[in-house]
Amino acid sequence: MHELDVTSGRNMHLIDPHLTIWGWEIPVYLFLGGLVAGILFFSAFYFLRGKADEMPATVRLAPLFAPVLLGLGLLALFLDLEYKRHVFRFYTNIRLESPMSWGSWTLAVIFPLSVIWAALHLERVFPQWRWPWPWLAGLVRFVKEQARVVAWLLIVYAALLGMYTGILLSAFNARPFWNSAILGPLFLVSGLSTGLALNLLLSRNEKEKHTLARLDVTAISVELFLIIHLFMGFLASTQVHIDAARLFLGGPYTAAFWVFVVGLGLLLPAAIELLELRGKILATRIPALLVLLGGLLLRFIVVEAGQVSQWSLALTK
Amino acid sequence: MPRYGMVIDTKRCVGCADCVVACKTENNVPDGFCRDWIVQDVRGAFPNLQMEIRSERCNHCENAPCVRCCPTGASYIEDGGIVLVNHDECTGCKACIASCPYDARFVHPEGYVDKCTFCIHRVQQGLDPACVAVCPTKCMHFGDLDDPNSEVSKLLASRPHHALLPEAGTQPKVFYLN
Repeated sequence: MHELDVTSGRNMHLIDPHLTIWGWEIPVYLFLGGLVAGILFFSAFYFLRGKADEMPATVRLAPLFAPVLLGLGLLALFLDLEYKRHVFRFYTNIRLESPMSWGSWTLAVIFPLSVIWAALHLERVFPQWRWPWPWLAGLVRFVKEQARVVAWLLIVYAALLGMYTGILLSAFNARPFWNSAILGPLFLVSGLSTGLALNLLLSRNEKEKHTLARLDVTAISVELFLIIHLFMGFLASTQVHIDAARLFLGGPYTAAFWVFVVGLGLLLPAAIELLELRGKILATRIPALLVLLGGLLLRFIVVEAGQVSQWSLALTK
Repeated sequence: MPRYGMVIDTKRCVGCADCVVACKTENNVPDGFCRDWIVQDVRGAFPNLQMEIRSERCNHCENAPCVRCCPTGASYIEDGGIVLVNHDECTGCKACIASCPYDARFVHPEGYVDKCTFCIHRVQQGLDPACVAVCPTKCMHFGDLDDPNSEVSKLLASRPHHALLPEAGTQPKVFYLN
């Protein structure tokens, strides 16, 4: 028997009996950040490949949503802060060792980039659109001439944004379930997949939808591969990591994760997309919606499970 | 520059929680929160039980994950190796709380993150931290781990001891005499 009691009493808000520091705000931000990373990455990628006319929803339409979605994500991040009037402190220092510092500076670059990128495509999507001031129209014209530079920057920063959302969590050694290097690539690929799903919802072009669905099946396959590796890594690691994996292998998150995230969020949409691609069934919006819901749920579950997993029962009050 | 650490004799500690009360009083710790706490660790099967009572707090780790993950530099290591939070630079992002395997940090009701400071305001005046000063069984010792003649160094040299979760790689500086 091994029993640990805190005899002086401890029931601190957000800390005991296990962490509850990050509620809905962080998973929502991680989801929106990943989604925007996906949107911007594919938009810039196909723009650079000269496929703007073949893939109009991906290159021109989806980026119009990016600044709005990212803005909502940033609002969620802000709402999570406990000392809101000190938010500017993220930008009075650069801390190379802190993933969150990397993330805040990445956001400071990619948010304006997403606004610029959306502005460049506004006139093509809405032909009657007129910029209110001549200087603004001139500015947009100037940036349009540099569109390829903006696109390359977007590719780099979208990858950084997508990776960072996972690396942020994996850097916390104190929370065994987060402490896996797989989380960075997993969140990046999941973000790309949700970006493709949004493009699928927006597209009216059969050829584009076909390309997007094929890419999405690939992304989902990679995600499944990474999820298997995540658990293999935990099970081959120390006791605390094995305990963390068990939260999902018989523990409280088993059903939610394997049924909703893996089953309904990955396997089912991949299967439907494969059948659609082979012309066996009519293409619908169902797989894209499932991918988006699965991506959101993945982040909710990972954020919560990480806070439940811990190093020592000594601190299980 | 000293390298401050704490040595707690679990053979002498009776778990009276005077250290907890002294800390709350000295540092105006808000209601519902604590910077130190008492753990009663019981192992074995009746009647062969073994009990260790520990006064726990921030371990002022040498390799402090809270300092590494802080995005603003609010969490830092002060001279003497004391891990502190500069309230003015803290955003309340809670990354440091997530990074601490000891769960030694909390959000102060005013918004910033708070924790044990080894009573640096007392240490700078040559006094012991409040918890050490009030201990009725004199089981707590504070001093320079780098000075071989300090009380803490002598105790660590002469008695078997352990730290908490050394496997987390944090290199804690609060030691418990077995």
